[in-house]
This record gives sequence, structure tokens and C-alpha cells, in this order.
Amino acid sequence: MKDKIRIGCGAGFSGDRLDPSIVLVEKGTLDYLVLECLAERTIALAQKRKLQDPTKGYDPLLERRIESLIELLVSRKVCLITNMGAANPIAAAEKVVQIAKARKINLKVAAITGDDVFDRVDFGKPALETSQPISNAGNPVSANAYLGAVGIIDALKSKADVIITGRIADPSLFIAPMIHEFGWSLEDFDLLGKGTVIGHLMECAGHITGGYFADPGKKDVPDMAHLGHPFVDVSRDGSGTISKVEGTGGIINLLTAKEQLLYEVVNPFEYYTPDVIADFTSVQLMQVGPNVVKVTGGSGKARPSTYKVSVGYQASYLGEGEITYGGSNAIARAKLAGETVRERLMVDFPDLRIDLIGESSVHGKEISFTSRPYEIRLRVVGTSPSSAKAALVGEEVEALYTNGPGGGGGVRKNVTEVIGIVSTLIPREQAAHKLTLLQS
Amino acid sequence: MKLYEIAHSRAGDKGNTLTLSLIPYKEEDYALLCEKVTVARVRRHLSELVKGDVVRYELPNIASLLFVCHDALAGGVTTSLRMDAHGKTLSYALLEMDNEALPCQLL
Repeated sequence: MKDKIRIGCGAGFSGDRLDPSIVLVEKGTLDYLVLECLAERTIALAQKRKLQDPTKGYDPLLERRIESLIELLVSRKVCLITNMGAANPIAAAEKVVQIAKARKINLKVAAITGDDVFDRVDFGKPALETSQPISNAGNPVSANAYLGAVGIIDALKSKADVIITGRIADPSLFIAPMIHEFGWSLEDFDLLGKGTVIGHLMECAGHITGGYFADPGKKDVPDMAHLGHPFVDVSRDGSGTISKVEGTGGIINLLTAKEQLLYEVVNPFEYYTPDVIADFTSVQLMQVGPNVVKVTGGSGKARPSTYKVSVGYQASYLGEGEITYGGSNAIARAKLAGETVRERLMVDFPDLRIDLIGESSVHGKEISFTSRPYEIRLRVVGTSPSSAKAALVGEEVEALYTNGPGGGGGVRKNVTEVIGIVSTLIPREQAAHKLTLLQS
Repeated sequence: MKLYEIAHSRAGDKGNTLTLSLIPYKEEDYALLCEKVTVARVRRHLSELVKGDVVRYELPNIASLLFVCHDALAGGVTTSLRMDAHGKTLSYALLEMDNEALPCQLL
């Protein structure tokens, strides 16, 4: 059994950059690479793609990420843990096997399923957010439970090289290898709490290396273009040392660590995951070198008896239109345009939203110093149950070309389907995980 | 002077709930922030955006404050009509708070 393991985090959301994960695996001397790519709504959108094509429904960047990493993962002996399975971990695992076979690489690929509880959720039950029946919000399209670390631990015991999950709580992706390597008990909530603190600090990748931090003159970040993503050396006692590959851009210090420790935390005394309720109020952070922060402390108490379930529902269609006015009196013309569109759409869109945006997009910065604000971009947005009706918003903005104030340009319009999310709880026994192993 | 001069912040979202950290650049300013940046002042400052309760957590272990603002994101990232549906820019709204009560020698 090891006394220390190194875990890198090479993606903090579905659209994250690919390069930092390659640098981490190539030069980071990692034991594990985590790619966290699943947000609340991502899985509902993935579920819709799966309905259209049963071989899809995993992360749209899966192929590109795996193709760029697979040979390095093998040569550096790094185990990959990722939630890129989204709505279809089995199809994702099959895709990884296919990519490996094409390169004559032998890999054991694990898929963890069981989070999809769509057929077990009572949509007549009240949603946690609204106390109204879930189905009142709209037609449900997905229901996924946040599973914990146990499925990944099973996969690690089976010596899988690549582990692909669906919905699993983000910190669980990190504490699974800790539990597996250090032999922590699943009932040792103090250690699970400490591990969860580390997982939370790591899960947003570039967030802790200065990737959502810079403010010129106040919080400067060197070489942002080559921002490195973090790795952590975790010790058996649940402490960790967070750093990044030498020569990469970015910065790790107490300021970046504190911002990330509190990010999206609604109660620092009780941070709920399926594995533990962690307490962040005893965490200690210490800068121990350039771009090296040591994390100690944190604790936990017994895990909740239920799983949280995110239910995706068809909310509405969102129609948007934008147009820009520049030069003298730009703001008055933009406001007149907004009010004109509001009057034209009043019956169908009583809650129409109108925004005024702008700085230097149409004529450059230097053309006039006397008209302020020099330009205003008008944004009009409204929702409707019907896609065709939502399109009216953009159509009315476009029609300002011949039916509105003078000198408007650069119209853009679009309609987006809105998938909403509400939550509910489900007894743990109703969402048992399942491990599927594939071999290339 | 503004909070921006002495502290930094990151916004986070959970459904329709907004979280705002408030972290002094110098840890010795933590007590001052605790004293001056009260729930009442934050509610007043963000009243156009935050419709629900504001809860303040004190974290002396990392010399930071955390404000949890309910009913703050016009429904939340999935259904909000706001351009910044996550509320990610709202950290800088908190830092705009003009803290007339903060002594200028801190600058």
C-alpha cells in the first residue's frame, strides 16, 4: 500500500482546454488523471443526444481528449478517471476501446452506470427547490442520481486503466483513488472529509492555478496563455500538497486556494457529497513554496442516507436578438429600439428582458471622444413554450433594420431550447452502481 | 473607498443560490471585514439582484467571509434570462460596495 499518491486534474468542465491535461500526463509524474466534465445541465443535454442516437450521449469531446492522451497514459502508467460517460458511460467505454484497438493498445476500460434513475423517480413528488410537484416544472427528460466513490473503487480493484462514469459527485472522483490506495475505511468520515476538501480544491482544474483569478494590477497571473492545471500529492493522513508542472503558466497561492475552497459552497460546515458530509471550517492552507500550497485539516460526519437526483425538464424556448447603435445619441436610439420591440411583443412576451451592452465594437476606440457611451448593443430576450413563438423576439429585433431607429447594425438572433433542472432525493438502495469491464 | 481595494471575491452558483466569497488581501483586515460587511449592508448593496435571504459565514481558519444569497439568480443558470445566467460576474458587484466606513489609511 502506498503512502502518497499524485492525482492531476486536467479538465474542470466539459469545454475545458485539452493541452493542460497533455502536459500533466507527460511531465507531471501522475498516478491518476481526473477529467471532470459534467455540469448539472450537461447530463440532460447528453440524455437528449442519446435519445436521438443510442450510440451517443457521452461527452462531445471524449474522442478528442482520449485520442490526445491515450498513448501518454499508457507510457506513463497513469490511470484515467472521468465522468465523460455523461448519459451513456457504456457507449463511451466502447469508444475508448475502439480508439485503443486502432492503436494496438491493450487497455482495461471500466464503465460505471446506475446513476440513471429516470424509471424510479416519482415525478409527482415535490422538487426540493420549489416544493411543487416535479412534473409541474415541465416534461422530465432526465433523472440522474449523484453517486459516490464506491463504483470507482470497484473499478480500481479490477485494475481498470480507464474508468468512465456518468453522474458522480465531483469530489468522489478524487477520493476514490485515495480510499483505494490508502485502504481508508468507508466509515472513516474524518478522512473522507479531508479527502473531499482536496477533491473540491482540485475539481475545477484551472480555478486553483489562477485560471479564473487574474485582475491586472491587483491579482496578476504569469503566462496565462500556457496555464498549467494542478496536481496534488495526497498523503495517507488526508493532507495534500497542491502544485503544477514546472514551466507552465498560472499561479498557485493562498488567494487562489481560498477562492476555490469557498467556490459554490452553500454551507462550509456541511458540504454534502454521497460519501460524507464534509466540514471546511477547520481547513488550514499554507504556502510552502512557489506555486505550492499545503492543505491540512477539514473533517466530516456520516454521509446522508439518500442520494440527490438532478431532474432535467423541458422548460421553454429562449428567443434572443441583438443590434448595435453607435455615435451621437446611441443610447437614446438603443432605448427607443428596445421600447419599440417591447411594445410590439407585449402580448406574447410580458416578461421580455432588455439589456444595454457596449464599449468599442463598431467604430474602434478613437473615432470620437465626445459621445459617451459611444455605442450600445441592445439585447432583447424572452421565453415561450413554442420554438416558433420564441423566434419572434429575434425577428422583431431584425425588423428594426427598416422599422426602428436610425443607424442600427450587426443583428444576431437565435432560439435555444431551455432545459431546466430541479432536484429530489432517492433512497440509496434504489440507485445501485454497476460496473462493466471492457478490454481492448 | 471600495471593497475592491482591500479584498477579492469569486462567485459561485447552486441553482438559484449565489455564493460570494470575500477574501482580504491582507489577513489582518479580516476582522475589519467582519465588522463592516454585514448581512444588512450586503442585502442593501445587492437588493436589485438578490431577492431572498443572505447568510454570512465567518471562516477565521482562512480569514475569509462567505455570503450565501438565496433567490439571487433570476431562476438559476438553466432558466434565467440574464446574460450572465451563472451570476459569475457578481463577485465584482460585491467588490463595488463603497465602504465609507472603512478608514482610508488602509489604502
